[in-house]
Amino acid sequence: MAKLYLNESPNEKVEKLGPKKETIKFLLNYSKALHVLDGKHLQYENLLN
Amino acid sequence: MKKIETTTDATLVRQYLDGSEDALSKLINRHQQRIYNFIFSKVFDRDITEDIFQDTFIKVIRTLKRGKYNEEGKFLPWVMRIAHNLVIDHFRKNNRMPKFDNSGDFNIFSVLHDEDLNAEKLMVKDQIESDVRELIKELPEDQKEVLVMRIYKDMSFKEIAERTDVSINTALGRMRYALINLRKVIDKHNIVLTKY
Repeated sequence: MAKLYLNESPNEKVEKLGPKKETIKFLLNYSKALHVLDGKHLQYENLLN
Repeated sequence: MKKIETTTDATLVRQYLDGSEDALSKLINRHQQRIYNFIFSKVFDRDITEDIFQDTFIKVIRTLKRGKYNEEGKFLPWVMRIAHNLVIDHFRKNNRMPKFDNSGDFNIFSVLHDEDLNAEKLMVKDQIESDVRELIKELPEDQKEVLVMRIYKDMSFKEIAERTDVSINTALGRMRYALINLRKVIDKHNIVLTKY
């Protein structure tokens, strides 16, 4: 049976899992934009862009 | 020599509540890997993981800003619990929804508009609906009852009148006042309930 050889170890191609930079950026921008206003009985959320 | 990170999560949370956006950035950076891996280990899909990760932190941010975070609990286990609940929600939703096989001639994306897939718009819509539900809770009981039956249960005014044991005119009147009162609260607090 023929042997299979790879140029490089498949392990080298394993990338680290993690959130995309855009996701983190979105969350930080969302946090900056979100304002919570306290009413008499309620709280209101306001997104200021 | 490498500087040892000494700021605790609790301190960063406090700094964030005091207005430091940088503290949130540190908290996310510190825990993103663990939370992301946790979600991925359950759903095995990078796009879904990304969505759930984002929703998790949106919930974290909203809870913190609303002052609803309980200091007694630890930050990371709390975030993990939110992520875990969202993973469960994802599987529940998927079981209920029909699955489309995209390999055939029919392509589901050809009948979906981009607008349907816009996460930001969906989020705004969810927020508006949630705000409206909170406002409805403030209405007098009889008006709230009619409004919920009409809008959320889609009942006719005839059915509402029978159920609440009043005339159709009374039910219509209560609905009218419910809407007038909702508008009053919205105007009083300058709440913007529009999508764009």
